[in-house]
Amino acid sequence: METALKKSELVARLRSDILALQGFRAPALGVKHDDFGLGPVMKAFPEGVFPRVGMHEFVSHSPEQTAATSGFMAALAGKMMKEDGLCVWVGRHRTVYPFALSHFGVAPDRVIFVDLKKDKDLLWAIEEALKCDALSAVVGEIKELNLTESRRLQLTVEESKVTGLLHRVSPRLSNPVAAVCRWRISPLPGVAEQVLPGIGFPRWQVTIEKVRSGEPGSWPLEFRDGGFELIGESVSFHQHLSKVG
Amino acid sequence: MKRYVAIWFRHLLVDRVLFRQPELAGKPFVLSAKERGRMLVKAASRDAQALGIEAGMVLADARAVQPDLEVLDYDPTLAEKLLAALAEWTIRYSPLVAVDLPDGLILDATGCAHLWGSETAYLKDIASRLKASGYDVRTAMADTIGAAWAVSRYSRAFPIIEPGEQLTALLQLPPHALRLEAAVVEKMQKLGLYQITSFIYMPASVLRRRFGQATLDQIGKALGNTHEAFEPVCPVEPYQERLSSIEPIQTATGIEIALQKLLEMLCERLVKDGKGARQAVLRCYRIDGETQAIQIGTSGPSCSTSHMFKLFELKISSIEPALGIELFVLEAPVVEPLGNAQEELWNLTGGNKMTQVAELIDRLTARAGADVIHRYLPAQHHWPERAITQAVSLTDQPEIDWRTDQHRPVQLLSQPEKITVSAPVPDYPPMLFRYKGDIHRIKKADGPNRIEQEWWISDGMHRDYYSVEDEQGGRYWIFRLGHYNEELSAEWFIHGFFA
Repeated sequence: METALKKSELVARLRSDILALQGFRAPALGVKHDDFGLGPVMKAFPEGVFPRVGMHEFVSHSPEQTAATSGFMAALAGKMMKEDGLCVWVGRHRTVYPFALSHFGVAPDRVIFVDLKKDKDLLWAIEEALKCDALSAVVGEIKELNLTESRRLQLTVEESKVTGLLHRVSPRLSNPVAAVCRWRISPLPGVAEQVLPGIGFPRWQVTIEKVRSGEPGSWPLEFRDGGFELIGESVSFHQHLSKVG
Repeated sequence: MKRYVAIWFRHLLVDRVLFRQPELAGKPFVLSAKERGRMLVKAASRDAQALGIEAGMVLADARAVQPDLEVLDYDPTLAEKLLAALAEWTIRYSPLVAVDLPDGLILDATGCAHLWGSETAYLKDIASRLKASGYDVRTAMADTIGAAWAVSRYSRAFPIIEPGEQLTALLQLPPHALRLEAAVVEKMQKLGLYQITSFIYMPASVLRRRFGQATLDQIGKALGNTHEAFEPVCPVEPYQERLSSIEPIQTATGIEIALQKLLEMLCERLVKDGKGARQAVLRCYRIDGETQAIQIGTSGPSCSTSHMFKLFELKISSIEPALGIELFVLEAPVVEPLGNAQEELWNLTGGNKMTQVAELIDRLTARAGADVIHRYLPAQHHWPERAITQAVSLTDQPEIDWRTDQHRPVQLLSQPEKITVSAPVPDYPPMLFRYKGDIHRIKKADGPNRIEQEWWISDGMHRDYYSVEDEQGGRYWIFRLGHYNEELSAEWFIHGFFA
């Protein structure tokens, strides 16, 4: 009996060690952990902690999804930058309108846009930016990415502790990459019968398709007054899959 | 014992004009400026002076004398700039040169003249070289600044005053030669003291009572009894380092070593002066006479060897050493004072975050070109394409706040794309639209939100924007161009996607 207890203790300790190595840090006792206002989404991550030290992969397949993903990433980056952070936004055909970033709690003048043409240059620029630990977050928009390249970026992140948000815009393959989790953000229609006219606040179906040592799931969220709000039932990823078909 | 040379440019500004505009030679012309509500002649050419036109005349009077007088603008700062430049040039004659406003230079020629053979040859060389470049000068040499000044301006005698002879040289000169105040000179004229000899032997107490202590000081300065301050100009030394190699260098490793050494030398100097380089050029002189150069730019003043080395490293491969490089010259043509103002503006926590970001940007621009980095500031325009402007530098701060009351899409197409719509009645949002072959049925809409062209910037029709949402929840920013019109069907465009 005693040996069994010892073993489970040992396993738990090993598991937390591995998680720490992978970028998930267990919250220190008594320290309130920053959840970026994500609320219920945090349950997907191991120990309920948002993996700051890691690459986050976002996939979008249509312009609508791209816009929703950009908005969500901007909101996340805004939470990371807080008052005085800086963010680098690397992209190829940049369509992000800096003016609109202020809706998502990002001061657009604190974002440095890097617009490059070649994929090779894009990857290099993202890696260089990730190396710079004075930044709060790096957003990269790229089409294709293979495992080796993503592994390289992930290692850079582990070194510098700068959060990387990698947006794969309509990739041909959805090959696995070395990221801590894969997100998919799709727009949701507004409330069916609402009192006020107009289109209202941004609403997204936020899906975590994969997360290392965590629980994937899907949540309908609304971005209102600078924070995320759950607007319906959260479902586990498998339920979400069966619902989508 | 000191020796001083005074150079007097008799027609400094006029000579300058003639140098720039040789076609004016032989014509009477004046430089004039407004003073107390009238145009005054500030300088007159020799031909104008021959007609009786002098500095200080009212321009209208000068025109009455010579109706076809050429009048040019007088630049009040030009004389100072010109003299500063001439002073730097004159450093070839003496390391200590001072500007003597409004029209002269003073050289501390102590121990310099023997390099030209003699004092006569020295003065002759100065005068002839300046005359060759078009300046009408008079020079004089004496033990004191005062005496040299006086002799250059007021004496027709031999301009070299032997050591200790300043009193003899001054005796026959008018009191003006002592650089006295105008009121004092006038008083002396009234009293009949037309020459220095008439009053210089008077007891000091008498002179002080009648003309003040300042007069005594000026006499003392001319005779060498009172010290006169001398402020030499300091020429700006370029930030340049040279490294010559014993054997011609052909390899990249060799170039890297040379570069590293030069950067260390340069950065040491920069740090000492509290400056940072904004640009640096490495020139490699090959043994076949060709020069190869690579250049870097930084986004903020930098005096970090490693950072500049990294920037240069990307370009070393573009150097063709051919038979070998025998001389490396590293120069920082643009330097700026190192400041910590940037961190304050960005109120970054922690010391050198700003430097790190600036270095990151330098690395990116060094590889991909300067036009890949963009930062935006708000602009006071409603027209969406003009609502943001590019920031010039990292430290630019927004002058106005970012507006959050305007609903703008997170993705904006660089060019609005045409869509076909079906809309019920004017000013109602469309029921559906077709974009890239897909039909979007509109469920919800905001608008219209009319944005007018700014007529002072460009012509064109206004746009009526609608924010619409389709069945799937996709949100679009579409607009109709111009008014509804009998002849033309309205044109609709999609301009962006909301998050």
